Amino acid sequence: MAKTLSFNPDDSVHAFLTTIPEVTYGEGPLSGVTVAVKDNITTKGIETTCASKILKGYIPPYDAHVVTLLKDAGAAIVGKTNMDEFGMGTTTENSAFGPTLNPLDKNRVPGGSSGGSAAAVGAGLCDLAIGSDTGGSIRCPAAFCGIVGLKPTYGRVSRFGLIAYANSLEQIGPMARDVSSLSKLFSVIAGPDPRDATSVDRPYSHEPLKKIDGLKIGVPEEFFGEGVNPQVAEVVREAISTLESLGAETKPCTMPSMKYALSAYYVTCTSEASSNLARFDGVRYGPGLDSPKSWHEAYSEQRKEGFGKEVRRRIILGTFSLAAGYFGRYYQKAQTARQMVRDDFERILKDVDVIAGPTMPDIAFRLGEKSDPLQMYLSDILTVPANLAGVPAISVPCGRVDGMPVGLQIIGKYFDDERVIDTAYAFEQEGV
Amino acid sequence: MVTAEDVRKVAKLADVGIDDSEITEFTRQCSGVLEYFEILDTLDQSKQLIRERYNILREDEVTPSLSQEESLQNAGQTEKGFFKAPRVM
Repeated sequence: MAKTLSFNPDDSVHAFLTTIPEVTYGEGPLSGVTVAVKDNITTKGIETTCASKILKGYIPPYDAHVVTLLKDAGAAIVGKTNMDEFGMGTTTENSAFGPTLNPLDKNRVPGGSSGGSAAAVGAGLCDLAIGSDTGGSIRCPAAFCGIVGLKPTYGRVSRFGLIAYANSLEQIGPMARDVSSLSKLFSVIAGPDPRDATSVDRPYSHEPLKKIDGLKIGVPEEFFGEGVNPQVAEVVREAISTLESLGAETKPCTMPSMKYALSAYYVTCTSEASSNLARFDGVRYGPGLDSPKSWHEAYSEQRKEGFGKEVRRRIILGTFSLAAGYFGRYYQKAQTARQMVRDDFERILKDVDVIAGPTMPDIAFRLGEKSDPLQMYLSDILTVPANLAGVPAISVPCGRVDGMPVGLQIIGKYFDDERVIDTAYAFEQEGV
Repeated sequence: MVTAEDVRKVAKLADVGIDDSEITEFTRQCSGVLEYFEILDTLDQSKQLIRERYNILREDEVTPSLSQEESLQNAGQTEKGFFKAPRVM
């Protein structure tokens, strides 16, 4: 029997783009649990904009696979959360509908691109949230808002209904205030789906265990190197010591591919974006074109009006990387670098069970602090390697610097999301 | 690194439109990013890429999909059950 609940949050941080005042929900493991969904995930009958003007008013005629699974589990889907337009950003300032604020300090960003989801959970506006992570978009805002966020192994969650930005990198994942709730949400959304050819038959039905006796943890020196705030590094090193005190063993290691990872990531994601975003032509959805102008003229005008600057910049960069005469110079080399990142992870994870380091090189930025695109991109350096390789990675709160939360990142082997979750759980139970 | 002309040309290829007022900013920012990408030129390219990629295909059977009405519901302009788009020629 369907039940209803009222949802009228005091959203002073602008976490939501759309809220559902009367929510219907059913029976199941998440019965009546309030879940927010990032606005790049398709919800039947509920406006889905990717925080872009070009999709304003778009009402999807179908549900994303994860949304179907959430409804089947009884979850109460309470609204759609703010984000950087199409997932392109690290602060949620690139939303066409205005930034989300960090619930812990409203002068700071919540991180991005799933900033609305993190802020909604962090501020206690809802129980759980769904985000997507292309280069850190779940883990970064989880770290900045002091919550837990998981980027699952690539293929573990169906991307059917996720409005694509960079298909080979992105995964949908769970966000929560604690590891147990995150684990429960993950068990609902993981599993195969014939409508996503990259999804894999690896469902998740695990109860987090805090026993990490004998766990081997690799600590790459590059995660504590140049560009990482020393105070953040210190808090994370202390967290790793806590894991040692629980019986884990640490081992220093190196990841030489880190030098190339950020370039490999940005060449790949902008290239994929330039192709994916070609579909936003204003014909099948969007404001509609009915002008006597020619196709290219009308199409260009519509996209200039409908896309924000960062989206257009990434489309230009991606078109450039793929253009005749430049392909060998950028895209092809980026794929070699991507292979190096995978090789580094495989080599390190032969010796150790998980890798640990900071999620972000710094605490949440002040609003407007990162105005130069390259400076913004550089802050993704510690999160993009897991996306390039497809391995699972979690961010769990591990302390504070200047009153703002710091995230401990734990990266694991392919399809070993369980161990990544256990490590985070063990830390959460014993740590700060 | 890249000139204003390069950016103008690529923006035209990508149909994203660009104003004269934006061209200096976009050229400077794209140059900065592309210069950063030059680190890739120092990579050892001799190693063969592992290509463990294969297609996932299914039988060519009719499966449920959107109705014509649902497909058209978000279109700005329709005519006689079709999407209406600007002229191409």
